[in-house]
This record gives sequence, C-alpha cells and structure tokens, in this order.
Amino acid sequence: MNDIAIGCQGLSKLYRIGRRESYKALRDVLAESVTAPFQRLRAAFSRPANQNGNRSDTIWALRDVSFEIKRGEVVGVMGRNGAGKTTLLKVLSRITEPTEGQARIHGRVGSLLEVGTGFHPELTGRENIYLNGAILGMKKADIDRKFDEIVGFAEVSKFIDTPVKRYSSGMYVRLAFAVAAHLEPDILLVDEVLAVGDAEFQKRCLGKMEQVARQGRTVLFVSHNLLSLRNLCAKGILLRSGQVATEGPTAAVIDQYMGSEIDSSGEVGWDSPNRAPGDDRLRVRAVRVVCDASVTSEVDISKEVTVEVDYWNLQDGGRRLVSIHLYNSVGVCVLTSGNTPSVCITPDPWYSRHYPRGLFRTSCTIPGFLLNEGLHCVTVYINERTAYDNIVLIRDVLSFNVRDTGEMRKEYTGPWLGAVRPRLYWQTSQLD
Amino acid sequence: MREAKPASCDDEPATFVVRAGLAKMETARTLDDQSVLYIRPSKGWVSLRLRELWDYRELLYFLVWRDVKVRYKQTVLGAAWAIIQPLFLMLVFSLFFGRLGKIPSDGVPYTLFAYCGLLPWQLFAHALGESSNSLVANERLITKVYFPRLVIPISAVVAGLADFAISFAVLIAMMACYGLAPAWHVLTLPFFVLFAVMTALAVGLWLSALNVQYRDVRYTLTFLTQLWLFATPVAYPSSLVPEKWRALLGLNPMAGVVEGFRWALLGKGEGPGPLMAVSVGVVAVTLVGGLFYFRRMERTYADMV
Repeated sequence: MNDIAIGCQGLSKLYRIGRRESYKALRDVLAESVTAPFQRLRAAFSRPANQNGNRSDTIWALRDVSFEIKRGEVVGVMGRNGAGKTTLLKVLSRITEPTEGQARIHGRVGSLLEVGTGFHPELTGRENIYLNGAILGMKKADIDRKFDEIVGFAEVSKFIDTPVKRYSSGMYVRLAFAVAAHLEPDILLVDEVLAVGDAEFQKRCLGKMEQVARQGRTVLFVSHNLLSLRNLCAKGILLRSGQVATEGPTAAVIDQYMGSEIDSSGEVGWDSPNRAPGDDRLRVRAVRVVCDASVTSEVDISKEVTVEVDYWNLQDGGRRLVSIHLYNSVGVCVLTSGNTPSVCITPDPWYSRHYPRGLFRTSCTIPGFLLNEGLHCVTVYINERTAYDNIVLIRDVLSFNVRDTGEMRKEYTGPWLGAVRPRLYWQTSQLD
Repeated sequence: MREAKPASCDDEPATFVVRAGLAKMETARTLDDQSVLYIRPSKGWVSLRLRELWDYRELLYFLVWRDVKVRYKQTVLGAAWAIIQPLFLMLVFSLFFGRLGKIPSDGVPYTLFAYCGLLPWQLFAHALGESSNSLVANERLITKVYFPRLVIPISAVVAGLADFAISFAVLIAMMACYGLAPAWHVLTLPFFVLFAVMTALAVGLWLSALNVQYRDVRYTLTFLTQLWLFATPVAYPSSLVPEKWRALLGLNPMAGVVEGFRWALLGKGEGPGPLMAVSVGVVAVTLVGGLFYFRRMERTYADMV
C-alpha cells in the first residue's frame, strides 16, 4: 500500500509578466474585436506565432515540478524570492490551477497562505474566530469545540467581544494564528506565516507547528527562516526558477541553498530602477559588503565589516528607515539593526530627515571581533514609517564568510560555539 | 491500493474528489478511507460541482452573516437605511407619476402600488450590485484560500434579504393603514421572493465574472440598473401595455417578479400567466448559463482579480 500524501508530476504554471493587474477595459475588448480579424489575417500570412511558452512576456513560475511527499513527513520548501514557492502552495491548495501536469493529494488539505484571511475589522474577536474558521474550512461544531482553546492560545480572552480594529497588531496576529493553528487537516500547507508577531509568540507558533508535525500530519512549509526549517523539517526541497533544484535531508538542502543560491560575490546590484526591488517610492540600486575598503565576501574576524545599501529615492518628502538582519549558516538570526538613533553609536543625521529625490547610501558598520566564524546572510529592509510598512524586503540578498585567520586562535583551535564571538572582559582575582 | 482512475478527457474538471474503496472497513485512518484529490489544468466547460458547494454551506452562512452584520454596524442609520431608500423613491414616484402624471395603479392607492413594486426592485438592484462586485471585493479571500467561488456571489445575493425583510415590515404596516388584507395569493409570495433573488443571481453571476476581467462593468452597472428600473413596471402597471404584447414584457424577468409581487400581495396586476412563464424561462436560461460561465472563468480569478 502506498503512503503518499502529495504526489506531483510535471506540475507547471505559466504567468504573464505584469499580469497581476491584467484586467482590461471593456472598450479595449470591443476595439480588439474589431481589429482582431485583420490581425489574425495578417498573422496567417506572416510566420507562425510562437508557442506561448517562448513568448517574452510570460514566465514559468513552476516548470515541470515533480516530487512525492509521504504521509507524516514535514517538508520545508526553500528558494529565493520568485523561485516559485508560493505558486507551488497556491497550486497545491487549489487557489490557482496548474497550466500543465497534475498533483495527487490524499487527505484533507488546509492551507495557510496568510494569517487572518477574511478577518473583518468591524467584527469582534469572537465573530472573527467563527468567520475565519469557516473560511479556512472548519465546521462550526469544530470551532465551538475549540473556541476556548483558541482564545487561550491567543491570550485575548479579555477583548474577545471587542471589534478587532481596536486590537494591537500583536493581538490581531495572535488571534489570527490561533485560529489557523487549530485547523486540523491531514495535510497542512504553510507559507511564511511565522514571519509575524514578536519573538516570544513566534516561538509558540513553532512549538504548535512541531506539535502538528508530531501528530503525524503531513506539513509542507515554505519559509525563509532557515532555523525553523531546520528544526521542523526532516526533508527539504529547494526550488530554483520554478524547478526543483535539490531534494533531500533539510541540512543538506539548506547548505546548498546558502552555498549556491545566495550571492557570495560581495555585491548585488540592479542597473535600472525598473527592475530593482522596491516600489514607486524607492528602489534599491545595490547592496554590498565592504571590508578593508574593498568589496568582498571574505571577512577577517578581526576586521570591521560594512554593509552598504544604495537606493534611489523616487518620491519627495518621505522618511526612510534602513535595517539589516544577519543570519548565520544554521539559520540563527545573529543580529538585527537599523538606523534608528537609539541603536546607533552616532545617530544617522538622515534618520529624521525627509528625503528628497536622489541616490542615497546607508551603511552599517559591524565591529571586528564580534561575529563568529562562518557564513552570514544579509537581509535588507527599508521602511517608510513603521516596522510593518516595508518598501523593500530583500531576503538573503548576499552572504559573506567570516574567517578566523588565527587572530583569536592562539590558544584554542577547536570549534567555537555560539552565534557571536566577541572579545569580552575577563579577569581573575584571588579572593582568599 | 485501489484507486478510482480519473478519465482524462479534455473537459474533465480541474479537481475532483473520489471516495476511494472500502469505506465500510473499520480501518483506523488508513488511506482507504481518505479521499484522493486530483489537481490538473481544466479546459473548456467544466461541471458545476454543486455537491461541493453544499459541503461549503457553512461558509455561505458565515459570509452572509458577515455581510449583514457589517452592513448594520458600519452605517450610522443602520437598519433605517433599508427603509429610507424605497420610502423616498415611493414619495417621488407618487408625486410625479401618481399625482402629476396620473399613471393608473390597478385600482390600488398609488403609494401602496409603487412601494409594493419598489420592494422586489430594491431587493433585486441591491443584490445585483453586491454580487456583481463580490469577486473583486473579496479579492483577499480568492487569492489566499480555496473554496468553491460560487459561494461569494451567492452569499452577496442572500445578504440582500436582510434589507428586504426590514422594508417588508413597513409594507405590512402600510397595508394595515389602508385597511387592505392580502388574499390567499399571499401564500405564493415566497416564490416571488425566490424569483427576485434568482434573477439577481442569474445576472450577478455573469457580471461578477465579467467584472474580474473588465473593471468597467462596475461603472456600467449604475447605468444599467437605472435603465432597467424604468423598463420594469414599477412606477406603472403592466396593464398599460396592450394585452397581446404583454407577454413580451416578460422578457424582462423583473417584470414578472414585480407583477407577481403585486398580485400576491394586493391581488392586482398580472398573476401567473404568459408574462410570468416567459420571465421564469428567461431567468432559468440566464441562471444556468451564468453558473457555467462563472465556473468556466473561475480558474482565472485568483490570477486576475
């Protein structure tokens, strides 16, 4: 008897570029219907039309993806932005249809592409639990049964009859996750939902996920959080431009992801603002790692290292908050920092200014003798006002390797544990 | 293990559920008692999957409940809004068509005549507007969760019944004021309410699906509803139309609905007859066509909305 939970064969999905807002005006269609016969006629006399797969305005978000997931397996899906991770989940959860290929799914599927889908700000916490539960596919009887548990998990019992528009963003997210966490499908598809909430709550979410995994459910988990992937998943699938690049034990797949997917040349740049990450407020031009006044991805443990972010500010008057997150090779977040005055040694004068249009560079210098040896990945955020309003989020934009050239290894040569390896004050005094 | 193999002809639905074998054996959660779901591209016309829609009836209920609740929470006038609209239209109609225009009203006081026609009209117009816009308004749901998309326009139409119930209470009060008791015809009223809802759904299905692709449907809608109001015997009786042409009026299904309403409540106007039959036929065709068109376009919603 087979015990496959999800089986994909040649799953492909074709998108047209820029199709996100692809609706047309009726008048265009009317105009088209008049001109179309002539165009078709002309096309018939010229060379044959290209196959749709080769046209330049289309992109295969998924191309010939095949894999099998056994029942009870917890599988992490990783890959760069645009590698097709979310599209894969959307196809598997039937939100969108594949263009080619097929998938077989054994069991009830619950998908969590977003926390709090369908929450209505005017409704109370209680009402939203029922509404959101129903949207996620729970029966009313199930929700009744789990209601207290959900409220308890979210820690909002005092505000359960308050409209959620009066909730803090933390409460809102907690409640939303609590509902989703009590969904009990055979197969759970999760997209990055743990990227929300405070650290403490994230930990509880992970705990809940682990619990789900231990109950023998099948979980397909998309995340950029390599640490949680490593903790939760036994198996990993690495997607690269819509195709399965590697499939295997999580640790090996993570290594490959860090080794080959993340740029390690020390600099990533975009030539034209049109293609660069960002929106019409701001676009990133380049991100680079500088050590000893040169761009590099090999950093001496004793040297200070600077992360530079260059960006075009395209809109007058806004404020721009730049921050970076640094992850090490096991996925631990080593540090996060931003140009807010209270975390700067000398305040960044541009922090409180309104940016005019132009090209800017914000840089962050990390002192020597702080990071531990090994690979470090840089994630860049640029925000307008609050921590929730990202203009730019480039995950794992590049990596650099911190090397111990012997500066800190004069007495001990074995492996150093720990996320950081700062030089600290040590002193011994004789007390008696 | 045994599996029901899907036939792979082109007009196969995108996904469908097959209960695989051995359901009676009490094997605890083996694969045999699980359903197998196939996900694959669909082409052309696909089945309606009404069975699945039925499985999602609770979601339908909660969406209706949400729409009703939010509607009355958000507006200052709340429920009063449901009364004000038909009442003011009634006043304007009575003054200009009834008093000044001397439009006949089948022997009933014109105010009552107009209000009685405005009730199903408002139900229809509101339900049509809401359902046409429903897919676009629920974009977040469509791009993030799977469920039969038909739930959305249906819930939008059903939610319109709450307003209707409120304005209907006013009608009862008015009839009591005029000392009019309904005849036995009133027993057929639920049918005409359903008829109005079905008409709105039939057109709403087409428009909501079109609205995803062509956003100017929304602007056309206001114009369309206005035009439609005057093409429907709301402010005037269908008896103004010569007998032999009257059945043609039924091509506008709202004519059947409004006339039927008056017949059920006031005992006046066109009862069941050729006009009604034509209306029912038109709605049936539009509805079935709309359902299939909606399902056919469904695969593009998440990518285009």
